[in-house]
Amino acid sequence: MTDTTHGHASSTGISNVKLGMWAFLGSECLLFGGLISTYMLYRGRASGGPRPSQIFDIPFTSVSSFVLLMSSLTMVLAVSAAHKDDDRKTNLWLTVTALLGATFVGGQVYEFTAFYKEGLGFSTSLFGSSFYTLTGFHGVHVTVGIIMLMSLVGILKRSSVPGKKSEVVEMIGLYWHFVDIVWIIIFTLVYLIPV
Amino acid sequence: MTTNTAEATHDQQHGMSNAGYIRIAVILAAITGLEVSTYYVDFGVLFLPALLIMMLIKFVMVVSYFMHLKFDNKIFSFLFYAGLILAVGVYAAFLATFKFFIQ
Repeated sequence: MTDTTHGHASSTGISNVKLGMWAFLGSECLLFGGLISTYMLYRGRASGGPRPSQIFDIPFTSVSSFVLLMSSLTMVLAVSAAHKDDDRKTNLWLTVTALLGATFVGGQVYEFTAFYKEGLGFSTSLFGSSFYTLTGFHGVHVTVGIIMLMSLVGILKRSSVPGKKSEVVEMIGLYWHFVDIVWIIIFTLVYLIPV
Repeated sequence: MTTNTAEATHDQQHGMSNAGYIRIAVILAAITGLEVSTYYVDFGVLFLPALLIMMLIKFVMVVSYFMHLKFDNKIFSFLFYAGLILAVGVYAAFLATFKFFIQ
């Protein structure tokens, strides 16, 4: 089966860029798998510091999760617009996606600040270290995604996209959706399942 | 008419229409609402399995529809799910060595 819709000539008949992106995302599963496993192992070890049930604000995190989930919708609408060569809508949806992502990161910064004030520092306990490492790594991924989205908006406005425009938007979309699915797992395993 | 035809061709090539994506997003939002409700409502023994199943459904829906894996070349599915299954296997074994699954 060949990928005829994203046609870079390659010996496999499918886009090498897309192949590389999926291989990268597969390897990212191992990175986040390690971080999530470590958190699951250490989440009960609060050693005198605040316990998860004492500091987690589920309504707040639920809203953040909803915002990130909806950013996946706006991202897929941007990809759809790019495939239809609709530059105006592509830029609009990419910008909305970046804004929703920034809202999520802002929420995470607020959450970290609140937790720190309640006595949970990075080195307070194994729970604190593993929690901040896991959610911090995810936050960095979202931030990198926002930078890529805004850079793409700038590049699209100058019409200087290297390669096929819709494919570039789609690759950044794949990265963004991956960040979303990682949060789907983190939200359930870290926040909703009690220790 | 021409625009409609172009959009229909695009949808055939890329799997779904914008209305389809919005429907998927509504379903995802509803599942998220259900997930959050488990924090307030006592689901008894169903609590953990229900949460994990809902998480899995959301994961598969985003990967299949938003990431187009359902409509794309199967080699992409292989690359991604191979990494995922490897990660789950390796870290399940890692957690088992620490007796994580024994209550």
